[in-house]
Amino acid sequence: MITMGSLELKQNLSGHRGRVWSICWHPKGICLASCGEDKTIRIWQATNSNWITTMILTEGHTRTIREIAWSPCGNYIASASFDATTAIWDRRSGEFECNATLEGHENEVKSVSWSSSGHLLATCSRDKSVWIWETKDDEYECASVINAHTQDVKKVRWHPNEDILASASYDNTVKIYKEDMIDSDWTCIHTLTSHTSTVWSLSFDKTGERIVTVSDDKTVKIWQEYKSGNTIGISTTNNDSVWKCVCTLSGYHTRTIYDVDWCKITGLIVTACGDDIIRIFKEESDSDIHEPTFSMICSINNAHTQDVNSAQWNPAIVGQLASASDDGLVKIWFYNE
Amino acid sequence: MTDNLENINPKLYKKVEDRQVTAAEEDEDIVDAFDAREVFDLIRNINDPEHPLTLEELNVVEQNLIEVMQYDTLMATLIGLSIRVQLLRALPPRFKVSVEITPGTHISETALNKQLADKERVAAALENSHLVEVINHCVCGSKY
Repeated sequence: MITMGSLELKQNLSGHRGRVWSICWHPKGICLASCGEDKTIRIWQATNSNWITTMILTEGHTRTIREIAWSPCGNYIASASFDATTAIWDRRSGEFECNATLEGHENEVKSVSWSSSGHLLATCSRDKSVWIWETKDDEYECASVINAHTQDVKKVRWHPNEDILASASYDNTVKIYKEDMIDSDWTCIHTLTSHTSTVWSLSFDKTGERIVTVSDDKTVKIWQEYKSGNTIGISTTNNDSVWKCVCTLSGYHTRTIYDVDWCKITGLIVTACGDDIIRIFKEESDSDIHEPTFSMICSINNAHTQDVNSAQWNPAIVGQLASASDDGLVKIWFYNE
Repeated sequence: MTDNLENINPKLYKKVEDRQVTAAEEDEDIVDAFDAREVFDLIRNINDPEHPLTLEELNVVEQNLIEVMQYDTLMATLIGLSIRVQLLRALPPRFKVSVEITPGTHISETALNKQLADKERVAAALENSHLVEVINHCVCGSKY
């Protein structure tokens, strides 16, 4: 049996003008970054449990900032913008300064992600490509341009422990990439096919062996990795893993699902939906790994007054959640079992 | 020869100015549809059978008599975007706007519907000042 939990609103964070596209927690969970239509990045921090804007980063981009990502060390923020660039903000001097601008995409950059080591950065764009950048001594060098998708690429996310990258696209698929050790080029090793419309977002679980994806088709899908030589007889090629869709959660969401986050501490999955609702899913305790069952344990109607664009668990504080919406607000929540 | 002219003393009309080609029109990556002016340019310099004058100078053809029916993919997208923009601007923000092509009326219906429903692509399109100008012309009525 699954018990229902409750999601408690802690604070509304207002400050952005217009739609807030994305939020990202500092890797230690001590502060939160947000970005949006107003071309700014805001850093929020709780002082005496009251959240305030501690910094506003401006003039890095000339158009909408679609997504931001903290580096694993917490010293850098990367920001992806519709202006076709990705900016790198450095705060080692105390204040955040934009010290690099990564150019190359032909049009809107939709997503950016740091690898767990912090040595690699991935970006993706409406130009259908995924770029992998190597970082060394504050220099950013393009290591690979991957043209595997046939449409607009919406999201890139690194594996939590390994240099394996996943990307989600308007072409309805998710692709997995790995560096080929022989010629050190990045190639697509597997394509996850099952969604029937745009895949907006994805998240790995803490082991990296499972992926959750969300789509315009209003479903959530769980994918299981099967490594080469797996004992249950799932065939693989070139010693590369394959990912199989082992669970589809349909009937819960009424509009496009824009974001998903799989909590690395609790294993809870949160979704951000165009029906203004935040939903939380939990795996059943007797769930079979090859055919898992998940239940919805929380659903907050009118979590925002417009589409919820982003939702993310605090990586350090159990139960703390942030969300962002077209309504211009960032919200801090607390999930109680 | 002069004796046989049907139109002995033709009235002359002023020619229109040359069309200004915009940077967007010269950009091979931007698909732009044929408009009445382009069609007009194709036919205005056809010469009159009897006078060394063009059809335009004789007012045989006029730009405003040309109607280009072009509900191609670009136009359908623009129409859809214009409807969406008008509703987004006019309705309170709590409204969810869905704009879809009438089933069975366009060859690229599914692709168009997907594009119009993708708010990220719509948002990016609306940051393109040229496109916004075109849409504003559409939604602001006939005054342009």
